[in-house]
Amino acid sequence: MKILAIESSCDETAAAVVEDGTRVLSSVVASQIAVHHVYGGVVPELASRKHVEAIVPVVREALADAGIDRSELDAVAVTQGPGLVGALLVGFSYAKAYAWGLGIPCVGVNHLEGHMSSIFLGDNPPAFPYVALLVSGGHTSLYYVTGPTDYELMGQTRDDAVGEAYDKVSKMLGLGYPGGVVIDGLAQKGNPKAIAFPRPYLDKKAFDFSFSGLKSAVGRYLKDFPDPDETRLYDIAASFQESVAVVLCHKLIYAAKVKNCRHIAVVGGVAANSRVRAIVAEAASRNHLSFHTPELQYCGDNAAMIGAIGYHRRVEGCALGLNEDAYSRARLPSNSKHK
Amino acid sequence: MNIKPSYIGELLAAGRLVLTTDSTEETEEVGRLMGRAINGPIVMTLAGDLGSGKTCFARGLARGLGVDERYPVTSPTYTIVNEYPGRLPLFHLDLYRLGGGEELEEIGYRDMQQQEGVIVVEWPERSDDDELGTDLAIVLGEEGPDERVITMRCLHPNVDLREQV
Repeated sequence: MKILAIESSCDETAAAVVEDGTRVLSSVVASQIAVHHVYGGVVPELASRKHVEAIVPVVREALADAGIDRSELDAVAVTQGPGLVGALLVGFSYAKAYAWGLGIPCVGVNHLEGHMSSIFLGDNPPAFPYVALLVSGGHTSLYYVTGPTDYELMGQTRDDAVGEAYDKVSKMLGLGYPGGVVIDGLAQKGNPKAIAFPRPYLDKKAFDFSFSGLKSAVGRYLKDFPDPDETRLYDIAASFQESVAVVLCHKLIYAAKVKNCRHIAVVGGVAANSRVRAIVAEAASRNHLSFHTPELQYCGDNAAMIGAIGYHRRVEGCALGLNEDAYSRARLPSNSKHK
Repeated sequence: MNIKPSYIGELLAAGRLVLTTDSTEETEEVGRLMGRAINGPIVMTLAGDLGSGKTCFARGLARGLGVDERYPVTSPTYTIVNEYPGRLPLFHLDLYRLGGGEELEEIGYRDMQQQEGVIVVEWPERSDDDELGTDLAIVLGEEGPDERVITMRCLHPNVDLREQV
């Protein structure tokens, strides 16, 4: 089954063609494309107007890269929520109209389930059941996954998401955006034990996260020791990153033990972080767990992951009615199966 | 938390109310009391540095508005808008990533205003009180690691705190 997938929930306008939920025939992300002139300039963050300008060329390019004609598509999958409603509506309305025009079904999917399904893109998917850590700019949560569309929320952040803590610390240090990439780069030159920032475990045996206090601790440190020199900057970045990685890793490994899982996964933009990958890989090998993480290009927001979850939802018979709407808000978390 | 009585006359004269809190729990409690006191649409802004307790105040506000405890009230910096169902719909915004007030249109601010709910805006400096239609401007200042000074200023034309002096 060949699915055209579309994602526009936040900053990126993305389209992909994915076969049977695993094989990526093409994946285009507008804000990462080098040749911006196709879209009349760099696609800035946030502007739904820019999503409108990008969507047609991005979809066209996804089909061209895949080397298929739109008549060969079996379905369209699109992010229905959560996200910014103005941004979501561009991809959502376009996808519904595109599918309707072709006379094929359109499947609306949850963005977070998309991230979770990014792990199925490729040759090394985890075996069910497994525990997955979803870490990104807007989300930090831990799931017990028993099937492609069947999972249970074990815990989540009570304040800042990990990616957000990175962005804010980066801002305090006078560095750039996105913070995750910048701090990861500096941290590799620093000493992770130089500064004893708090390790925000909350309760070591619970699965909720909190990163607001760690962010504030970095802020206080900078008030006490302002204007760090280069070496000190590296140490702050490394020590902050160490606190984040150690806590994420502890909760993930502990969750796998509690749920008696042999496989673990880290997905989402922060899955690209070098220290998080390294520390989890090391702990996994020590605990005889099989560690899975998506290819770097499928960690951040992309449409291929929407094609992966879209495939599983389509197999279950999901299809949007023409009058269905996008939703901005994350639904009430529950421990039962949820769409 | 203490309301500094010596200030009150002076502050009301200036159209302000000032509270100090000694912990994040107290800051959240001030938000909760505020939430309980609200029974109609209102726009409030929350200014203060990173780590000053803006999201903490907003979490209290949500609980005071009856938002279910199972909804974690988290920072909207990345998502820009978090929406919660309470006695009144609550829109928790963070303009940190916005280029300017003109982008309010693109995040659907006008639609939110029409829903007669409670709008609470972090990093309002990206826009201004006219564009936002601010009724209540709140500033959180850091006095120590945990101590915060919360200043509230009412901008609603129907309320004139000075008349109370």
